[in-house]
Amino acid sequence: MTQTTITLTTYRNEREYPFCPGCGHGLILNALNHALIKLAVDPKRTVLVTDIGCHGLSDQYFVTHAFHGLHGRSIAYATGIKLVDPDLNVIVLIGDGGAGIGGAHLLNAARRNIGLTVLVFDNFNFGMTGGEHSVTTPTGGVTATTRFGNLERPLDICATVAVNGAGFVWRGTAYDKDLADVIVEAVQSQSFALLDIWELCTAYYVPNNKFSRNMLTTTREALGMAAGMISRAERPEYAHALRDAGAIQAGQPALRPDPLIPIFASTLDREFRLVIAGSAGGKVRSTAKIAGEAAVLSGLWATQEDSYPVTVKTGHSLSELIFSPQEILYTGIPRPDALVLVSEEGRRAAARYLAAMSAESWLFVTPEFADLETPARKLVFDFEAAGMRGARKQAALLMLSAALRRLRLFPIEACEEAIRRGQRGAIAEENLALLAQSAGVYVTCA
Amino acid sequence: MREFLDGATAIARGALDAGCNFFAGYPISPATPLLLHMIRELPKVGGVAIQAEDEIASISMCIGAAMTGARALTATSGPGISLYSENIGLAIMGEVPLVIVDAQRMGPATGGATMPAQGDVQFVRWGTAGGYPIIALAPSSVAECYSLTRRAFDLAERFRAPVFLLTDKAMFLSMSTVEIEQYEHPAVRARAQAQAAPAGDPDLRPEESFWPWRFDPIDQPPPFSPFGGEHIMRFTGSSHDEHGFLTKDPARVGQLNEHLWRKIADHAPELELVRADLQPDARTLFVSYGITARAMEEAVLVARAAGQRVSALTVQSLWPVSKGAILAAVGQVTGTSESAGHLGPVERVVVAELNLGDFRREVERVIYGWAAQTRQIAPEVVGINRVDGELITPGQFLQFVTSNE
Repeated sequence: MTQTTITLTTYRNEREYPFCPGCGHGLILNALNHALIKLAVDPKRTVLVTDIGCHGLSDQYFVTHAFHGLHGRSIAYATGIKLVDPDLNVIVLIGDGGAGIGGAHLLNAARRNIGLTVLVFDNFNFGMTGGEHSVTTPTGGVTATTRFGNLERPLDICATVAVNGAGFVWRGTAYDKDLADVIVEAVQSQSFALLDIWELCTAYYVPNNKFSRNMLTTTREALGMAAGMISRAERPEYAHALRDAGAIQAGQPALRPDPLIPIFASTLDREFRLVIAGSAGGKVRSTAKIAGEAAVLSGLWATQEDSYPVTVKTGHSLSELIFSPQEILYTGIPRPDALVLVSEEGRRAAARYLAAMSAESWLFVTPEFADLETPARKLVFDFEAAGMRGARKQAALLMLSAALRRLRLFPIEACEEAIRRGQRGAIAEENLALLAQSAGVYVTCA
Repeated sequence: MREFLDGATAIARGALDAGCNFFAGYPISPATPLLLHMIRELPKVGGVAIQAEDEIASISMCIGAAMTGARALTATSGPGISLYSENIGLAIMGEVPLVIVDAQRMGPATGGATMPAQGDVQFVRWGTAGGYPIIALAPSSVAECYSLTRRAFDLAERFRAPVFLLTDKAMFLSMSTVEIEQYEHPAVRARAQAQAAPAGDPDLRPEESFWPWRFDPIDQPPPFSPFGGEHIMRFTGSSHDEHGFLTKDPARVGQLNEHLWRKIADHAPELELVRADLQPDARTLFVSYGITARAMEEAVLVARAAGQRVSALTVQSLWPVSKGAILAAVGQVTGTSESAGHLGPVERVVVAELNLGDFRREVERVIYGWAAQTRQIAPEVVGINRVDGELITPGQFLQFVTSNE
């Protein structure tokens, strides 16, 4: 909570509560009002976020900011508010219904330990829509949708959020004399604070179950659920922690244009479409990017489109490259001018490009594909004959740079420059060495 | 000077340059790279980015953040838009400035996660209850990914409404060369901030110092004051009066819903954004958007080089529908009387898209509706459509030019 204090005699406005006679909602809101008075919070620095249900009307009765959103999402809205302004007092009013439908948000807010105060108006059923059962309806409880008694075990909200890291967890009833004091303590806590406040729905749950105030205690004991302070451990509050973690980077330049000055020249006078196909983990995409940047460094336009399975470390990896003296509009490659095959997985992925090859196109392959039948001009690059063994990981760069030397689309020095400007340290050194080696790759024309 | 980058990076840069300072998202192909960019970049500018527990939380957090004064962005693909649906409604009702990137994927359900598609055009328009207007832009180049992201933020602030940026895997993830000078830098307007109302105004409540939901005039968004700011603000997804109190008063409810409609609909003409490349006397008009417009523009170059006449309309603002620009492309290509009795010399409008006619039905609605209203003869409207994960080719456009002559 913020340090600014404001002395108000009430945080309620003049509007009267709309709740049924005997409903516990008004008691909880009165306790909240008393807590706000004790806390002397600035209403301008306090936001009540309400969910859907009878309690969700509560945003209309206070003089603070109010956010009344959709069913079950109140904790997620409150998280957004808190992330932008971590020092705001953000108090979430939610029912047992909202705790159910918004269960994922409840769990994750607890895990993050985001500094919200969550008051659960827990009356074991949906009062607004006709008394249907909720996640907290006790076993055996009769509701509009459990007419023979509830078969489900009720969710222990407190145990759930406590075991998942909530810093402040308490269970009690709307009739507890210390409720306002507990709310004060919860708001003061920096942690995610949840108060599971059991109460009576006199419209439905009470008449359907001959339920009474003292049965709040006997039911809880029968279910083996704890009461009072269940968890009290301050952990770093998430909204502040996230800002603190990010602050280390503050002021660093964010994404600026990265111009590629054309210091080389190309004589390419038409669009040239090249496909390189290899295996995942075989540096196909990074190699293609080197070629794309090299083309731009040579005054050309280039595009690159990659395809690979969602399991990125297995299967094929294929990149389509287009080089052109003009802006490239359509980026598809129905028929490549050149195809570079680096592995069997690549060959399978490139089947449709292989089928589209003509006598004018180029096919660059490793010796395993020397016998591949194609109308294209086929060149076999034999690394092993050139003394480069075990070069599978390096094959993509070796093959593509050897192919580019042959095709003369732009100077190979442009690839060197692309590596130097885009890569660092040992990786750059290794790739520059491979680029140099590619000059010596033994070639057979098939 | 040129650079080599993908649409996702250009969108991230557009967002940062537009002053975006909040992002919440959930990983989904092919939209994930934008989540990664914003997680990496936003702390550098003092912003906050978070991976939420699901898509519902992503957009919920963005709404909470936007109403606390942030410029918020989220990104997902079609399945994520499904989960955004309820909160798109809240963003419309609560007049929340918010930019939503939809990197579309192919088909219903999980569909084709890494295939280019444009099947969400009608979905984003009608994707939430009530049927209220939204704004949607579609970039067809990496440079436009940048500039239309800036424009999306501007429109979100101007209209206090969710604005969609519709893109796809090919536009979003493919690297392209961009002339850095080609980037346009549309200004991003500031959200109109609330001024304190005159003290002692009998219409003000004691805790209030402005009317958070007074629509004056009815087609303009109300001035804004953030949570935690100078004015107490009551935000609600329910039908509300000017204070933000729930109301069922027919006059108030009617005014609210008319306001939400007219805020966008009355301003449709100023929201129109197209690139019209029209030739007098062309009998074929191509209409396309997004990645498909690139094949169209190439086809136009090829056709014209072969001496054929053809017009093309690249639509950048899909919603509201650019009615004026579409009718102008059909009917006002020439001002000659030769076309009397016809809307114009265009005999055939070819709408190309990676779906089975999402935008074509809008083009049909506009053209046939206008023709009926003005008792003129409309050109036929036909489609080029693909839903096999492949891009529409320039050749598919060219078939229409040749078969038309």
